[in-house]
Amino acid sequence: MAATKDKMGRPIVVVTGVGVVTSLGAGKADNWAKLTAGESGIHTITRFPTEGMKTRIAGSVDFLGTPECTAALSEQLADLAAEEAIAESGIGTPGDFPGPLFLAVPPIEMEWSQRLDVGARSGSNDIVTYADLLRVSDEFPAYHGRFLFGSVADHIAERFGTRGSPISLSTACASGASAIQLGVEAIRRGETDAALCVGTDGSVNPEAVIRFSLLSALSTSNDNPQKAARPFSKNRDGFIMAEGAGALVLESYDAAKARGARILGVVEGCGEKTDAFHRTRSSPDGKPIIACIKNALEDAGLTADDIDYVNAHGTSTPENDKMEYLGCSTVFGERMAKLPISSNKSMIGHTLSAAGAIEAVFTVLTLQNQRMPPTINYDVPDPAIPLDVVPHAARDAALKHAISNSFGFGGQNVSLVVGVEPA
Amino acid sequence: MANGAREAWITGIGIVSCLGEGADAHWQKLSEGKPSADVTTYAPYIVHPLAPINFDLQIPKKGDQRQMENWQRIGTYAAGLALDSAGVKGQTDVLSHMDMIVAAGGGERDLTVDSTILSGMPRAADPAAFLNERLMSDLRPTLFLAQLSNLLAGNISIVHGVTSSSRTFMGEEAAGLDAVRIAVSRIGAGQSDIALVGGAHNGERPDLIMLYEFAGLMLKNKFAPVWDRGDGKGGFALGSLGAFLVIEAREHAEARGAKALARIAHVVSDRRKRLPGNVTASLEDLWHKVKDEVDAKSAAVVSGATGANPATAEERAFLEAHGELAVRATGSYLGHGLEPQFPMNLALATVALQHGSLFPPCDSTGLEKPMSGPLTQVVVTGVGHWRGEGLALVEKVG
Repeated sequence: MAATKDKMGRPIVVVTGVGVVTSLGAGKADNWAKLTAGESGIHTITRFPTEGMKTRIAGSVDFLGTPECTAALSEQLADLAAEEAIAESGIGTPGDFPGPLFLAVPPIEMEWSQRLDVGARSGSNDIVTYADLLRVSDEFPAYHGRFLFGSVADHIAERFGTRGSPISLSTACASGASAIQLGVEAIRRGETDAALCVGTDGSVNPEAVIRFSLLSALSTSNDNPQKAARPFSKNRDGFIMAEGAGALVLESYDAAKARGARILGVVEGCGEKTDAFHRTRSSPDGKPIIACIKNALEDAGLTADDIDYVNAHGTSTPENDKMEYLGCSTVFGERMAKLPISSNKSMIGHTLSAAGAIEAVFTVLTLQNQRMPPTINYDVPDPAIPLDVVPHAARDAALKHAISNSFGFGGQNVSLVVGVEPA
Repeated sequence: MANGAREAWITGIGIVSCLGEGADAHWQKLSEGKPSADVTTYAPYIVHPLAPINFDLQIPKKGDQRQMENWQRIGTYAAGLALDSAGVKGQTDVLSHMDMIVAAGGGERDLTVDSTILSGMPRAADPAAFLNERLMSDLRPTLFLAQLSNLLAGNISIVHGVTSSSRTFMGEEAAGLDAVRIAVSRIGAGQSDIALVGGAHNGERPDLIMLYEFAGLMLKNKFAPVWDRGDGKGGFALGSLGAFLVIEAREHAEARGAKALARIAHVVSDRRKRLPGNVTASLEDLWHKVKDEVDAKSAAVVSGATGANPATAEERAFLEAHGELAVRATGSYLGHGLEPQFPMNLALATVALQHGSLFPPCDSTGLEKPMSGPLTQVVVTGVGHWRGEGLALVEKVG
């Protein structure tokens, strides 16, 4: 049987399973229902005292209990999402996934509770220095494995039995999309028939919130958490840190068909383009974002006119939303005035390393259900960036191809084109 | 070709470590056969500090340097050396389609802020409020950017203008292995024409020493080459080092008139649960994927052994089973730099292939044997201290 190829002669890459956890809940059914109902998962932080912080709200995932640390929660979230995606796809056998793992994960670090434990054990009752910590470090052997950068991926690889060396990756807020792109590339190379691509982030902890706050990146709309994420609004004032995980089982079309798998969608193209302008800001001319979106369209063998919906990066920062508008309006031209573009972050916040994967899952669901989730809190449109953001309420539409954007600190830009199953 | 149909050439290397900077300085020190380390600064822990570097030479703007912590400066510097070596520095047409995979850790701490909090928080009336207050007022806003793993790549883009794709792999030693493996696979399959691949590590960090000392992995008190660290736990001495390679499709290199320093014939990696014997078995399985192309008469092994057991003892068992190949562990000289260790060893293998000979042994246990004949192939091993096993076959071109 001749292999089924795309326009460029490469294996077609399809999605056969998705899983998702956000502050809205665990599982795609619950998430999709709430997302299309326009519910917000943003709330006042109760995980730790926020006294003295400028930002005291987040989309943290609190229904899994109190996490020991970011690494542990990121692992738990990834576990849940991967389990759901693999179960839906029906691929492999439990504990034996027939392909590699690409995991987008926040950089793993030891945190204050552990650092303070070691400090207390040192018995130093005046100034505590690293020399004191080092004196007793070997009394905490479990911290080694826990706080290695590769620890979360190693756990997921072990649990689901993925093949080969698992990849832990970071492209900042584009990480989840990069994980998918790496999986797509591996299948197109013919190295594997399947890949498990996961993005996870459980990093709402005091130091992480303060770090973003010190960069003036976060919303300070503390008094009305559910109204704080306002992508594309004139009064948007920063993003909301959030947690969650998204997982996708990718397969070659032929492998999926051969085992009778249900095809949820097609990853038609991936584009990326690095911005060398600034560590946290986009090039003012928008060229890297424009090139990123164009690269994704070209990789998919499509033109701008083929795109029916944009799943925005839409962080609700003044900078991002303006630059995303510039990028999209340049690529899509006059059509942009009518091309629906909505931001899941208005409801789930910015899930950072997980965002690209979670939003790819939601893009797949959007195409499957032929229904676009809304941008909520769009009460004060920004006249400088006029867009159809699918305001307030979900909307049905005939959709064949959608694009999902992810942009991150460090000049990271990734766009994914997702389509419905070819007829 | 295991990693695809197109040949992958190394056309540039950029390396810095305690041995100095560049191919010549490294070759000279390796040829002298006298490793040294700093046994006092972080006593009892031993480190291999970075040789003095004038960062201005590759990072001309002081403003850029200020936005980085040392691990990023080391990496951005080494990346610049690699671009110079490949003859593409400042060549916007090449750099704009150059892909990048960086293997990185990150998280460099502000030790003073940490100490202030550790000292004051237990005695504070409201410890949580104290923590928030100190972090809010004492953390430099830009420190976060100097901690983020993907900001080494970000800085390389800004300073050197590498602007096609930018991906950062984390995960200790395996990150370096897989960065090279995936870059070579992409080139082999025509998904990429030219890539900058490598990483950087600052070993002069008490916070990192602590991370590894949680498991008692640090080499303490007395320096010894990696194979001479005994049958017990052994240990590694952290090293400060940066290593980048420009890896390029042969066609792309020839079209721009670039010479091959070496060819990467294979890169393979795996992850085994670390049960006794599994590292040896994993390396043996990986070896089976490349062995048919190895000509033992003119081949050697450049090992990434860390010195910490059981991983190093198990690698030794594998190497002893293939005693026809001369072995050199560069960790004796460089220390252990985790993420960039494998790219560094690929670079050093390339330097040896350029010289057509191997540097002398540095080992009293007899594993490293003299090799006098010509060198045309190097098998580079990388065994993570905790996870990840891999090897590459690098060859002389022409």
